[in-house]
Order: sequence, then structure tokens, then C-alpha cells
Amino acid sequence: MTVLARRPPSLRSSGGRRLGAVRFVLLLGFVVLFLIPLYVLLATSFKPLEEADPSRAWSLPRTWTLEGWRAALDALAPALWNSVKLAVPGAAISAVLGSLNGYVLSKWRFPYADAVFAAFLFGMFIPYQAVMIPLVQLMTKTHLIGGIPGLVLAHVVYGIPICTLIFRNYYATIPDELLEAARVDGAGMLRAYASVVLPNSGPAFAVVLIWQFTSMWNDFLFAVFLTGPASWPATVQLNNIAGSMVVPYGQQMAAAILASLPTLLVYVLLGRFFMRGLMAGALKG
Amino acid sequence: MPASEPALTTGGRRRPAPAAPAGPPRRRRRRRVRAWLPGLVLLTPSIVAIGVFVYGLIGWNLRLALSSKTTDISPAHFVGLRNFTRLWGEERWNLAVRHAVLFTVVFVGGALLLGWLLALLLDKGMRAEAGFRAVYLFPMAISFIATGIVWRWLMNPAPPERAVGLNALFQRLGLGFLANDWWQNDRWGMAAMAVPAVWQMAGYVMALFLAGFRSVPEDLREAARVDGCSEWQVYRYVVFPQLRPVTLSALIILGHISLKVFDLVVAMSGKQIITDVPAVYMWQMVFDAHNPAKGAAIATYMLLAVAVLILPYLIWTLRSERRS
Repeated sequence: MTVLARRPPSLRSSGGRRLGAVRFVLLLGFVVLFLIPLYVLLATSFKPLEEADPSRAWSLPRTWTLEGWRAALDALAPALWNSVKLAVPGAAISAVLGSLNGYVLSKWRFPYADAVFAAFLFGMFIPYQAVMIPLVQLMTKTHLIGGIPGLVLAHVVYGIPICTLIFRNYYATIPDELLEAARVDGAGMLRAYASVVLPNSGPAFAVVLIWQFTSMWNDFLFAVFLTGPASWPATVQLNNIAGSMVVPYGQQMAAAILASLPTLLVYVLLGRFFMRGLMAGALKG
Repeated sequence: MPASEPALTTGGRRRPAPAAPAGPPRRRRRRRVRAWLPGLVLLTPSIVAIGVFVYGLIGWNLRLALSSKTTDISPAHFVGLRNFTRLWGEERWNLAVRHAVLFTVVFVGGALLLGWLLALLLDKGMRAEAGFRAVYLFPMAISFIATGIVWRWLMNPAPPERAVGLNALFQRLGLGFLANDWWQNDRWGMAAMAVPAVWQMAGYVMALFLAGFRSVPEDLREAARVDGCSEWQVYRYVVFPQLRPVTLSALIILGHISLKVFDLVVAMSGKQIITDVPAVYMWQMVFDAHNPAKGAAIATYMLLAVAVLILPYLIWTLRSERRS
């Protein structure tokens, strides 16, 4: 899956070079446009309350302050912790499940495995509103409503399709001969998995872990339906902070950055794998 | 489903049982069952989970949508399509649908165009290409809620003397005529709402298209050049036609995201009618109006809209995978 292999630099005629310069300038222009919201977030978050004046909307702060950040952290800390408790175990469980499912669907296929896979895939695209009301009723009956375990359960279950898809496509590249050799040595399904497939799964695990971590961290829909104040993750709390009109912009922006930092870090450090997860979402990779 | 398809299926039933004696058929069948049964067992928890949580709950939701349970305590008798048809008599529902359509057109069109343009600019390779790609893609890592907070500031519709955000920037740059009331415009507000969504998803489309551009073999382009095509003609007649599958993928991915739009609208404007969409309407029916039947009917409409888009795509993808 070398999705974005570089093209070798093309022949350089003088016209080509001029065109290259135009392209470079255009791309740079888009970089500026794309970074405007980031500038606003950062600049505003360090502004003291006195500078929250429209005339200074686009200026850098005259005096840099951390008061917005401190207030945002106070308001957001429990929710951030809830998000950690949601996204870390959630991503781990998803990855293990996805790996086993992908293994079966690529190497231990049973009759109608394709139909089962197709039925899984549809679950990836449905608007979750279409299951939300019954899900809330079900969670209420099982007393899972309002807590983090229920939210983890929902994310893991509705994450099965994409995790299975990524692992299945990845395992399709493992040669059957390797598994065959393990079988000849008398290994059963699980032994073959542990000795042949699992050791070769590193990249797929990275993709799925990052994908699930990011989508659980950034989710708002499930959280707003399934959790209560004590278990609100960062997105819900962030929306509450921003929704109450009394909170100054500086604090709102600082809170938005704080809530985005973990996924941004993951993206910066592991962007390669993040990309592959995105491409898998398009099925055709 | 066909009995066998080569290439991708590397599963048990294709494997010739090693040194299998041509024994009586029944034993052979048992052996074959023994070959795939463990896999089915291992997959069973997920099959049950998807069966219950996806298909079971969709069915449950549908039953609710067809019932008379229009308050939390009213009984659930079957009332047919009443909840579905009544929605179309409501101004609010028609408005929400109109908003969703306008948002979808602007968002899908904008993200496709911008992503395509960025990929085209990057296609030939560029100094610091990885850096460019990283900048265009980073918004994808952020939640719609955080995006909404910045963009609500950027698209603040306050009048000139109190203007912040883009309106203030426009004035400062002498582009005051560009200042507008953004998402609070009651006719075209949803087009403005689509701008942050384009910002967030254009990089994704760029990545899709870039992969598409680069999967066109260099020989093919070279052959066209030898035949006297200008560089633009190479794109026009050789590269672009090859991008149809990628374009379709992008269109469908963006389309189904768009039909479900929820977080962004909530973060930008809360529950204001002026930016109402089906997802927000449904949320209010559940939490504020306590009308489960109506909420379920709206959710069913959303599912139908997505299914119309996704089902042909899934079938097409799985078929072409089988062919390859």
C-alpha cells in the first residue's frame, strides 16, 4: 500500500521551471489559507481578557498570558481523562478484534464469508442516528448508560467493520505458503495466527490503533447520547464550554487546542499510518 | 455468493487437503467442515455483535418509527407510515432537508474541487512535498467540535463596528464588500456552514486524488507526449479519465459524511433553526421534545438517504474486488 509514492522530478525545461514556480506559489498560498484557523487558535488563546477587543482580533497578543490555558485546563481536565479512559482501551480492544476477524476473513474463510463481510461493511457507513434511540434504550436496560464502559462498547462494536476491513486487506498480502508451512507443522488456526500472522501485523495494528483512537477521541455523537456529566469526554465538555456564551474567546480557543492535542500529536508523529487508515476508509486503497 | 473466486480468497476451501485420500464423500465433507468451522467460531462474536447492534437495532428503530410512541410514555401501537408522511407537512422538516441538500452540494463540490486542485498542483513532485501534504491534511486530525469553535469565531456575523474574524480581516484588507453574515443568512447560511467542512476534508480528497494521479503509469503519459500531446492534453485525455473510480469513491465518502452532518452544526450554532439539519432535529426530538417515534422516523430517513448512496457503491466495490 505505497499510496503516495513520489514521482521522480520531471524534465526541467525553462517553461517547466516557470510553471513549477507558479505551482509552488499557489501551494504556498493554500498553506497560508489552511493555517489561518491555527493562527487564530494560538494567538487568541494567549491573549489576556483586556485584549479581547474586535480591533485587535487579528493581532498577536501584546502581553502573552496563560490565564486562558489555565482556566481551560481546569474546566477540561476531567473530560480529557475520560477521553483517555475511552480511547486507549477502546482502540486496543478494536485492534485485537479486527485482527482476529481479518485473519478469519482472509485466511480461514467459511462458506458465505463474502456475504458476512459485505454485511459488516454496510455497518461502517450507516448514520448512527438510525440505531441511536434503541441503543439508548438497550443501554438503559443493561445499566450501561451514562458510563464510559457503555461508550467503549458502542465504539468497539461500530468500529468492527473498519478494523476488520483494514486487517483483512493487510493479511491478504501475507502469502498462503507461510500459513501452509505452519499447518504442515501441525499448527491449528490459533497457533498459525500466533506464530505466522501476528508477528507480521505491526503496520496494520498501527493503522487500526491510530484510526480508532482518533475517531473515539473526536466522537461527539455517541458521547452526547450515551454519557452523563461525570463521564463526558473532551468533545462534549468542549462543546459545553464554547456553548455557554460567557466563556471568553481565549479560554475557548485554549480548550479547543487542548482537546485536539492528542490527536494532533498522533498525526504529527505517526502521520504515515494515519494516511493509510484514511485510505482504507475509501475501501479501494 | 459464488462458490469460488480466486485471487483474494485464500481461504480454506481452495486449499487442497494435503495428502487427502479420495475417501468416501461424507468424510471428505466433514474434513472440509473441520477446515472452516474454527474460523466461523472465531468470527461468531463479531457476527452476533453486528447482527444485534447494526441490523437488530435498525429493525427496532424502524418499528419505533412505525409506532404511535410520540411521547416517552405513550403506548407503541403500529400506525403505519404516519410519522413519515407527517414530517413533510412540517415547515421545519422541509427546511432541515433543504439545509442538508445545500450543505451537501457546497461541501462535496468544494472539497472535491479543492482537493483535486491541490493534488494536481502536487502531482509532478515538489520541493517539500511532504510538508505541503501535512499542512493540507492536519485539519482531519481535529474534531468537528474544535473546528466549529474556531470557525464560529472566523465567521462571526457581527456588524462592521464590532466585527471580528474574517469580516474584520476583510475590512482591514480593504475587501469590506466581502463581509457577510455567514451562516446566519437565512437563505444561504448552510453554504457558509460547509466552508469549515471543506477546510477539514479537502486534504483527504487531495490524498485520494494524489494516489489516483500517481497510479497512472508514467509510460502512458510518455506515450501521449511522444504523440505530440501538450502537458495539459496529457492530463485532459490520459490522466483525468483514469480518475473516475477515485472521484466516485471521494464523492460517496464525502456524500455520506455530509448527509450525517451533526457535530459541526452543533458546535457552530447549537440548535438554531436557521441551521437545522435532520441529525440535529432528530437529536432534539429525543432529548428536548421526547418524541421517540418522530426521532426514529427522521433517523430512518437518514439511513435511507445514506443507503441509496452506499449500497450500489458497496456492491460495485466488492464485485470489482472479486474480478481482480
